[in-house]
Amino acid sequence: MKTPLLAFNSKGIYCEAADVYIDAWKPVDKVIISHGHADHSRWGHQKYITHHDNVPIVKHRLGEVNIESKAYGESFTINNVKFSLHPAGHIIGSAQVRVEHKGEVWVFSGDYKDEADGVCTPFEAVPCHTFITECTFGLPAFKWKPQAEVFEEINQWWKQNQADGRTSVLFGYSLGKAQRLLKHLNPEIGKIYTHGAIENMTEVLRSLVDFPPTHLITRETTKVELNGNLVLAPPSAHGGTWIRKMTPYVTASASGWMTFRGARRRRAIDKGFVLSDHCDWNGLINSIKATGCEKVICTHGYTDIFAKYLRELGYDARTEKTQYEENED
Amino acid sequence: MKAFAQLIKTIDSTNKTNLKVEALADYFQQVSDEDKVWTIAILSHRRPPRPVNTTLIREYASELANIPLWLFEESYHIVGDLAETIALVVPDSQQETEKSLTQYLEEMLALKKESDEVKKEYLVSNWKKLNYYERFVFTKLITGGFRIGVSQKLMTRALAKSTGIDEEVLAFKLMGNWNPNKISFQELILEENEADYLSKPYPFYLAYAIEDQPNDLGDPKDWLAEHKWDGIRSQVIIRKNQLFVWSRGEELVTDKYPEFEDFVGKLPNGIVLDGEILAYPNNEIGSFKDLQTRIGRKTVSKKLLEKTPVILKVYDILEYEGKDIRKKSFVDRRRILDQLHADFKDEISVFHLSEIMKFSAWDEMAKERENAREIKSEGLMIKRKNSTYGVGRKKGDWWKWKSDPFSIDAVLTYAMRGHGRRSNLFTDYTFGLWDDEHKELVTFAKAYSGLTDKEFKSLDAWIKKHTLERFGPVRSVEPYHVFEIAFEGIAESKRHKSGVATRFPRISRWRNDKKMGEANTLEDLKAMIPK
Repeated sequence: MKTPLLAFNSKGIYCEAADVYIDAWKPVDKVIISHGHADHSRWGHQKYITHHDNVPIVKHRLGEVNIESKAYGESFTINNVKFSLHPAGHIIGSAQVRVEHKGEVWVFSGDYKDEADGVCTPFEAVPCHTFITECTFGLPAFKWKPQAEVFEEINQWWKQNQADGRTSVLFGYSLGKAQRLLKHLNPEIGKIYTHGAIENMTEVLRSLVDFPPTHLITRETTKVELNGNLVLAPPSAHGGTWIRKMTPYVTASASGWMTFRGARRRRAIDKGFVLSDHCDWNGLINSIKATGCEKVICTHGYTDIFAKYLRELGYDARTEKTQYEENED
Repeated sequence: MKAFAQLIKTIDSTNKTNLKVEALADYFQQVSDEDKVWTIAILSHRRPPRPVNTTLIREYASELANIPLWLFEESYHIVGDLAETIALVVPDSQQETEKSLTQYLEEMLALKKESDEVKKEYLVSNWKKLNYYERFVFTKLITGGFRIGVSQKLMTRALAKSTGIDEEVLAFKLMGNWNPNKISFQELILEENEADYLSKPYPFYLAYAIEDQPNDLGDPKDWLAEHKWDGIRSQVIIRKNQLFVWSRGEELVTDKYPEFEDFVGKLPNGIVLDGEILAYPNNEIGSFKDLQTRIGRKTVSKKLLEKTPVILKVYDILEYEGKDIRKKSFVDRRRILDQLHADFKDEISVFHLSEIMKFSAWDEMAKERENAREIKSEGLMIKRKNSTYGVGRKKGDWWKWKSDPFSIDAVLTYAMRGHGRRSNLFTDYTFGLWDDEHKELVTFAKAYSGLTDKEFKSLDAWIKKHTLERFGPVRSVEPYHVFEIAFEGIAESKRHKSGVATRFPRISRWRNDKKMGEANTLEDLKAMIPK
């Protein structure tokens, strides 16, 4: 049997013809990185290849590593295998990896979303024979509203909390979601404060994208100055002592998981906004159709269910195990 | 309906009880009286009968969503709530409805008699024209089980706030059998009504559990103790020569216990007794298992009455000579009860008293608690001498101090996704014990509770990575993790594969320190069955 162009082994997704890994989860010599989230860009590889905009993120997280960067659409060859990166629309600097060898084309999606978010370069479907897709939200229960509607709700929520004399605490991942929120919050309502993790990451990205001003919360920040304003914090800050400073406050989370009423209640959060950096059900299906592929490999998410449905649609679809986080967003 | 859906949305947007009550109270100010009655009915679990069976509902929904039925089912297992799943998968609409909650409920009541085609048309046309929250509420009303984070207690508090009527008075008015389709808000809430007063029970007063030792309760002299009987908590009402028996679930169960007719004509009218229905085979207190043969039956045969008769173990009296005496002290109420018992015990053989025990030291009480299992009690009840009879579960005057549970170490074998706030998390577990040869794990219990949210989360992640096989919503997992399972009772059972039935099994500890080979055997479990 012919060795597949990309194979899943114990270290990551391996291209034997080029002797290079993509988003490896164990240390390897050479790796192509789809985007800066910790489960995809891990520590310990000898050489990293990634998109230009992902370089500051990787360096911020992993320190000085041996890194080479590419533009979207720029092709490069390793051992006669042709590679190129294409926008994935997931977060700043996120890319799909196109691999071409002897007339066969595979695309690894990394994480992606098909809605333009105003922060990162929008997703582009790349024609291929085999498409490796995530399916974090691969269930028909997940349907996103256009982000303009969600941000309208979020800004309304902030205004209402302000009128009620409360501080709004909004949770989102420090890389990606936080900047997307920041970009679309209405700074005319009040000041936007940040948790340290978000402030640092945003600072790294300010050279790439124009964001409204933020104010880092420090020991000296008082309840009075926070009141009526909005605080952006990573989900891990909920439930800790740090948040007490915001009293009286109202909490909200912005994530695709907020689709489920139970998910919000379980996290003991007041309000859930359904806002994801991944595709919803229709987004996944439409993106796969747009690639014109015949074979689909489903990695992290509701893989079995999603692959079964794709098979019913006529695709040659299967699942592979990876070590990418299933619940991130 | 618009207002009701908006209310649910508001309640869904806060985690704070006060704000929920406020939203409900505002709602009660806004809506029509008939909508108020229906809202009260729904939030006190008096929903109309389900007009369409759920198999059909699922079919119609998956058809409208244009997805295969299996995919709908998979989605349901993950979302964990049928109405929520439907509201999510069917195409969205931005419209709002003009029909009232009452109109919808009346339509649903009428729908039950209709043909499948009419039912389908009704469901599909409504799903198409309602927005997300309306769709969710509409479907929830159809499928039933309206649990949305508002307890009956919260609802009563909100109603008290909006009507100015005392919360306890309202709780009493809302007890018992009333039909939201027939009663008006005026009759249910505002009027004093003689006729329905006749059958009405009082809200049950419930005890809090003592987790550790009762020493914090202060001087034992301020307290009285009795055994905690393991039966069905009930109120027995004798008014105007009529008998009414209510279970704690506010179910009228008079017909199931014909023995209690014995109270009528003997005890004076205007009496409400609070006690425990217990099985009493061979003139001694039986097990809960014995009682179960009576619970399920609508009609009770003569044979069953002879085999498993019941008694009422009475511990409190709430009404005497037609007067509500809940505000008298516990000691005073018991004095009345004791006298009543002394006067009638010979005449009424089902009338048993839960004996009061006095203690001068907590240690003595602890000793008595150790004997509980032998006399078929679950532990002790500790009640403050000068306490009034409260409403619902309130901390302070009534405490239950249960016997230490049985426990055994078992291996996790299967997992299923939970519901409600545990949707999309594997939180429902099946546990096995080793067979004789220590080769195979035999399923002995299922448990859903006992882990912290953090533990659930980490076990969920482990299960996803260590699944062996999938059977619909259930996954078999690698036998690896050992858990200490606690349970209240144990008996032989022909219905269980293991041959043993346990009562209220739950996880008491995650035994990370134990390897699966160190878990207990089925023989260990069987050795616990009382001889």
